[in-house]
Amino acid sequence: MAELWLQFVLTIDATLRVATPLILCAMAGIFSERSGIIDISLEGKMLLSAFTAATVAALYGSPWLGLFCAVIVSMVFSLIHGFACITHRGNQVISGLAINILASGLTVTIGIAIFAQGGQTPFLMSGQRFSAISLPFAEAAKNIPIIGTIYAEVISGHNLLVWVALLSVILTAHVLFHTSFGLRLRAVGEKPEAVDTAGISVTLMRYQAVLIAGLLCGIAGAYLSIAHGAGFGREMTAGKGYIALAAMIFGHWRPIPALMACLMFGFLDAIAARLQGVELPFFGPMPTDLILVLPYVLTVILLAGFIGRAVPPKAIGQPYIKER
Amino acid sequence: MTGTPSLAKSRPDLPFAITMSGICKRFGSVQANDAIDLNIASGDIHGIVGENGAGKSTLVSILYGFYTADSGQIKISGTPYTNNSPADSIAAGIGMVHQHFMLVPNFTVLENIILGHENDRNLTRSMEQARHMLMNLANQYGLDVNLDAEVGDLPVSLQQRVEILKALYRNAKILILDEPTGVLTPQETEQLFDILRSLKQQGVTILLITHKLREIMAVTDCVSVMRGGRMIAHLDTAKTTPEELAELMVGRPVQVQKQWHQTQTGAVVVKVENIHLSNADNQNLLSDISFTVHAGEIVGVAGVAGNGQSELLNILAGITAPSAGAITYHGHCITAEAPANAQTIKALGVAHVPEDRHASGIVLPFTAAENAALGYEDNVSHGYKNMFISPQQLNARCANLMQEFDVRPPHPDLKSSLFSGGNQQKLVLAREMSASPSVLLVGQPTRGVDIGAIEFIHQQLINMRDSGCAIILVSVELDEIMSLSDRIMVMNNGQIMGMVNRSDANVKDIGLLMAGVQ
Repeated sequence: MAELWLQFVLTIDATLRVATPLILCAMAGIFSERSGIIDISLEGKMLLSAFTAATVAALYGSPWLGLFCAVIVSMVFSLIHGFACITHRGNQVISGLAINILASGLTVTIGIAIFAQGGQTPFLMSGQRFSAISLPFAEAAKNIPIIGTIYAEVISGHNLLVWVALLSVILTAHVLFHTSFGLRLRAVGEKPEAVDTAGISVTLMRYQAVLIAGLLCGIAGAYLSIAHGAGFGREMTAGKGYIALAAMIFGHWRPIPALMACLMFGFLDAIAARLQGVELPFFGPMPTDLILVLPYVLTVILLAGFIGRAVPPKAIGQPYIKER
Repeated sequence: MTGTPSLAKSRPDLPFAITMSGICKRFGSVQANDAIDLNIASGDIHGIVGENGAGKSTLVSILYGFYTADSGQIKISGTPYTNNSPADSIAAGIGMVHQHFMLVPNFTVLENIILGHENDRNLTRSMEQARHMLMNLANQYGLDVNLDAEVGDLPVSLQQRVEILKALYRNAKILILDEPTGVLTPQETEQLFDILRSLKQQGVTILLITHKLREIMAVTDCVSVMRGGRMIAHLDTAKTTPEELAELMVGRPVQVQKQWHQTQTGAVVVKVENIHLSNADNQNLLSDISFTVHAGEIVGVAGVAGNGQSELLNILAGITAPSAGAITYHGHCITAEAPANAQTIKALGVAHVPEDRHASGIVLPFTAAENAALGYEDNVSHGYKNMFISPQQLNARCANLMQEFDVRPPHPDLKSSLFSGGNQQKLVLAREMSASPSVLLVGQPTRGVDIGAIEFIHQQLINMRDSGCAIILVSVELDEIMSLSDRIMVMNNGQIMGMVNRSDANVKDIGLLMAGVQ
């Protein structure tokens, strides 16, 4: 029983680690899409910033500098997306797709040029990464049943960026629903003409929104390569940007429900890892492949209508053009 | 247009709230505003009338900072000012109620009002401050509305009130209303005018843009007339008549109100029984619609836009299938179980002039000749199964129709988008009437059409009726319904509120029915 409990606690711990980039990206998506800009380039921006973070950390040895550069790169690509979609009223999906394709090629090409390791970056030493933060008394608490294990395994031992991700949810919820900025942001995604006639620049609001999305996406990328992982590998985002988008839609463009959806995806991923080779009654060894596809299958099923109708912001995907 | 019949201001003692001089604005090749001069006295209700495309909306959009004028000067209360954005105009004390409301439907009234003018970064605090101020404003001007209601749930007349409150909350001393009565019942229009009068008493200057002369006469102090991008005249309302205004708007004498006359009606041609329509969410769009139309009669369908008239018209034309019920044309029964498509209904002698001519009446990039044949291609084609269309016949047919219906310019090979709204509509009407239908379904025949063409279109409809055609006329212009219909059917919320004979009909009762009061 105690063993099973420990397994469960460890799974929850893993859930949090796996869900972190999803949470950051989902919040990024909420900011962008609430302002009316579809952002499928979460995936590409996350990949670019993961690569940037790992490269900078490998070359200069500082995870902080890595994080900073990752965020800058992600925000620059947000600006490109904004320039195409807001200033030039381009198709938002096409622009996002272009960034994703560019990211996938660019990271590998530059990676080979710098490190000549087949697109990977060198393995990062512990000083070059964000390491786990052990909370006080975590070792001692391990012996206390239930609460102690939760404290030691689930709460303690995460790196800084996991906490940043959780904080981003609270901040997103606060900004969106409890500030004047949030009111304008939501309005610009629902009815931009109302914002324009109120004397607020639609363009400026949308640029601010995509920049915030870029910031959060940059942190997510850095987490992948210099906090959770220890280096960049080609295509290391593996569709996490899209899963985050799905989680955002499950969450009806709301921070807390989106967080829950991210945790659910994280949980499925975590049990997939835990269940590797586990013998199930009547079933024999658990086929890992089956569990690995679960998040994707779930995405399809839920999107197909099991979550009730998700009503997106009304002006989403439409460039704002004044009448006439 | 040098001898502009501009009358001297009758009250020179009042300062001008707005002075616009020499305003010009060009969109591509169209001179939307040509050297416009306009003085509006402080505390007046000032009307601007003009036909569609006369440049009224452009002018107020410039005043509100939505567009920037190419040249010209604006003064607010005597001080020159340049406005580059709505923010500048709001700061100068100008508020605007747009024709299409600028409200976020899933926000509350309060959120909509403070949007962009929050007093505090913290939303809760700014909402509480605003709530207090708005209570006072609402009391002061008699503008009652629940601040916590979601705007999308409110009826349009209340949404309009929210827009007015929004302007007042921003300290508007000058209020512009662009076509504010288009979506209101006659009673709601009266209420709006009461609000405007009370605003005037509190010193607010009001600029009312409309194409309805009756409203100008009812509520304004002064009126300016625009035609073809120019300011034609400034008049004191008390010293003018609707006839004079109409003449100035069109540039020639017109008959403002046609006299309705009774005619003999024939047998029942259209019989509609218990039509129901529900949408995917199982909401009832139409319930229990039953009526008959006789040969040689016009049945007018009145109602505020969006109360099921469009759906009914689409069902009658065979574009949408009803969820339940039956329609009989000359004894041919069409039911929900055995629906017909538009083609078969057309074959029964039913012609349809759709409500939205750009969406379903004509194909804008096609030539006039092609549009004149759409749906009636068999008339100009030959060969096995009418596979070939003869361009000569196509053009000849169109030229005939153009002459008959006075479509200008009479060039069949001209692209349809180059014709004015009125001429496009005449083309659609010509095409549909050319088949000599026994039933004519007409939706909004004069929407976006100039007065001259309105007169012509109305005459054509009356001629059709007199020659024995059964006509179902859907229009949101109550004046149009009143001047053409033999019987008036009033719709509200997808139901028939009443069927009134023209001889017994009056605007007040019909207005109540439109509002859903029985």
